[in-house]
Amino acid sequence: MNLQHLIVKIPVDGPLGIDPAKVVDVFHKWVAAQSAPGVLLVDVAELLHVPKGPGVVAVGHEADFALDDTGGVWGALYRRKTLLPGSDADRLAEAFGAARQTAARLEAAFGKELRFSRTEFEILVNDRGIAPNTPETYAEAVPAIEAALRAVLGHGDFRLSRHDRDPRDRFGVTVVSARGFALPEAIAD
Amino acid sequence: MKASNDIWKERFRGKLPEPIGSEVDQFETEIELRKKGKIDEKVFAETRLRRGAYGQRYDNGHRYDGTESRTLPYADKPTKGPGTIWDAPGMLRIKVPFGGLNPRQLEVMAELAEEYSDGIAHVTTRQDFQLHFIHIENGPSIMRRLASVGITTREACGNAVRNVTACPLSGVCRDEAFDVTPYSHALAWFLMGHPDTMEFGRKFKPAFSGCGQHACGLTQMHDIGFVAAVREVDGRLQRGFKIVVGGGLGPVPRQARLLTEFAPVEEMLPLTQAVCRVFGKHGEKKNRNAARIKFLVDKWGIEKFREEVFAARKELREDPRWLDMIKGAEQAAEGPLHPPGKIPALNGDQRLGQWVASNVRDQRQEGYVTAAVTLPLGDITAHQLRSLADIVTKYTRGTIRTTVEQNFLIRWVSKADVPALFADLAAADLGQAGAQSIVDIVACPGTDTCKLGISSSRGLGGELRNRLVAKSYQLDEAIRDLHIKVSGCFNSCGCHHVADLGFYGVSRTINGYKVPHFQVVLGGQWENNAGSYGLPIIAIPSKRAPDAVDRVTDYYVKNKEKGERFYAFVKRVGKGPIRDLLEPLNQNLPSHDAEPGLYSDWGDPRQYSIGDIGVGECAGEVVSRYQFEMTAAERLVFEAGLDLDRDAAQSAGETAYKAFIRAAKALVQVRYDDVSDDPDEILAEFRERFFDTNLFHDPFVGPKFANYLFAAHAARGEKFTADTAHHRIAEAQLFIEAVHSCYNKLRSTPSPAAAGT
Repeated sequence: MNLQHLIVKIPVDGPLGIDPAKVVDVFHKWVAAQSAPGVLLVDVAELLHVPKGPGVVAVGHEADFALDDTGGVWGALYRRKTLLPGSDADRLAEAFGAARQTAARLEAAFGKELRFSRTEFEILVNDRGIAPNTPETYAEAVPAIEAALRAVLGHGDFRLSRHDRDPRDRFGVTVVSARGFALPEAIAD
Repeated sequence: MKASNDIWKERFRGKLPEPIGSEVDQFETEIELRKKGKIDEKVFAETRLRRGAYGQRYDNGHRYDGTESRTLPYADKPTKGPGTIWDAPGMLRIKVPFGGLNPRQLEVMAELAEEYSDGIAHVTTRQDFQLHFIHIENGPSIMRRLASVGITTREACGNAVRNVTACPLSGVCRDEAFDVTPYSHALAWFLMGHPDTMEFGRKFKPAFSGCGQHACGLTQMHDIGFVAAVREVDGRLQRGFKIVVGGGLGPVPRQARLLTEFAPVEEMLPLTQAVCRVFGKHGEKKNRNAARIKFLVDKWGIEKFREEVFAARKELREDPRWLDMIKGAEQAAEGPLHPPGKIPALNGDQRLGQWVASNVRDQRQEGYVTAAVTLPLGDITAHQLRSLADIVTKYTRGTIRTTVEQNFLIRWVSKADVPALFADLAAADLGQAGAQSIVDIVACPGTDTCKLGISSSRGLGGELRNRLVAKSYQLDEAIRDLHIKVSGCFNSCGCHHVADLGFYGVSRTINGYKVPHFQVVLGGQWENNAGSYGLPIIAIPSKRAPDAVDRVTDYYVKNKEKGERFYAFVKRVGKGPIRDLLEPLNQNLPSHDAEPGLYSDWGDPRQYSIGDIGVGECAGEVVSRYQFEMTAAERLVFEAGLDLDRDAAQSAGETAYKAFIRAAKALVQVRYDDVSDDPDEILAEFRERFFDTNLFHDPFVGPKFANYLFAAHAARGEKFTADTAHHRIAEAQLFIEAVHSCYNKLRSTPSPAAAGT
């Protein structure tokens, strides 16, 4: 398996407590400060007029960050665009870490009004060429994903469920962990 | 660069239709050669443009962050074209001839939007798709995946034949002469890569309409327009086209002129080829601002242009494709999936009723309707595209069309299916009512992604849409069907010229800060295939544009005569009273500290800027004299518009000329206090101080606007027609905008006088 172009999305805990339009200003500050390590931030795309869409995106060269509403579920999203070196586990750890940092920074920006889940997240492979949404891909990817998650979470207490509602969707899994995970300390804007 | 690029290349090797497959291979090779520095950057730029790979805002590696312009530290690589960073994201335009798509194509579009863009596919005002934030090196994979379902990006940009648009009601319209679909399809593929289209100095846009009276085809604003017509010859009906040429929007719009009242369908391809040959051979090449075919038609006059085209037609070598490609066109028809029916009782379902009233229209074929799918600002998500593919499969034989109003149109829906169709669309958040109404706002990309954007057209469009949707059911019936169209600059990609209420972005300096503005454009006509173009009446701050809509629509509702359409109303009352209504929106503007939001644009909290120019330190007295003169110039151009409204073309043209001179004087005075009112002296001083020094040159169009001034001065005493006076007014307005831009530039650099030179 060569898991590249990973997307990790951590959903909000409960209903979205903020006006998502306010994230535009937050992301502009990120771009101005170029404050996403390892990512050249280029612009902010505000797509809130589209229902259940990409929401607000900080567009970067190596990766994007978003408060995303795809599927009608708001969440902090990290989307890797350029290739990453290392093993599948390394790449998943990097993507999960960046998504948690995105969530932490957004929480820091909005205080108690915005809180993300500590028990659930999605992993998508944003490349149908390397990972079509099939049972075969799932069977092949699960060992790598599980190994990476054990390393990142520090335990094996989690459940994976494949996104198999529509084979046209990208390959993806939802991860639920009763023991959960922590968000890192937010880096400054 | 995607991990799967080689996978797609292998998967489609030898399986793609030709010549598209080879074209993609060539492009991939050219990318590699450019990376190695073996292709000149200008050549590569045109190469990628002809493959639909366009630039995007900030691709020069600079971005204003609200306080200063900063360099985006991209890796040091060869450029994609002059001043265009290799790794900077770009836009990919995807051609959809006549807007026709099938479910598989929708699904592929969804995949590409997710994997390569930001999850959004954007429908354009030319029935194309656009994807943004695309990396150039992923282009070949995208093109291969598109080609695998019969779609190309070839010649979607560049100096080429652009997407062939057509009325989306073709084949089902009650008023059409015949279905233009097969002819538009034939023209699109006949001209693609044709040798007679390779020497164009600029782009060339064709359009088809099934009738003359409705707006759907917009043939009057195209480089070449085909209007279906049928005539009787020896007792038999013969199909053909009225063909018009030389129309276009852009900074100075032109109505197309008649090439021929009737050309049999068999002559459509050869005659168009002849037009292309004449344009390629004689069209302007060096000055790209005068290189569209409309300028050649202007220069020669339509009579000479017609003579040249028909002479070229006679010289063409016979091509069997002229007939082969339209063979069977008379029998072509999409047809239905389900039997005809009747719309069931709506049982008081208000949402369904509103949607049916605005979005559903009877077809010519009894028992069937078309259903419009309204997209906010032309945007649709990947999930919605897949849902739409399912819906199209479920209710039709697998066809759907994009529209020039940035929507979709589902055709051949049995009336019996209407409630179920609505339910399925609504479940996908695609059941918004208000198609082709005041809430169905068209906007170009503007400052969101376009390099030329001055103001946020999508920001304003979105704000207006939100406000109007919120009160749409309280809106007076008279204003529900108005068309609002917004462009981010004067180039008119949002088609502001043909809206009831048009807006285009400009900037002004207020209290020492740049403030985004929109010119309000009135007098345009969507009907009659874009039958007339509007003119700007006043520039107002962007944040006050929604108030302008309220004021104008309220005024219309209160003062219109029974049954009077907006276009006729504006013509009757004149633009003066409407300008008076809007003038207060420019008065008593609060300071930056008191209302900073006024000094930023819609959807963008950054302090507004048109580039990297900071706030200047120009002496206040000069500013006040400048503003005084410019106010006079703007008033004159407005008065010229009023003259035109009352059919006083001569006065209109002469007054527009005075506006030119007044604006030029305003600028000259900044550097030379003692300039007189003598036009010759003003021109001489302007030329010496601003033109010869390149100070007045626009970064994108060079000396274009100054040349308008010189041309107007040289043509003093000319006799004006309504048409030429209209052009002169539009050019004067553009010159005034250019004076503002130049003045802003001056304020950020010390003057020679101040520097003691």
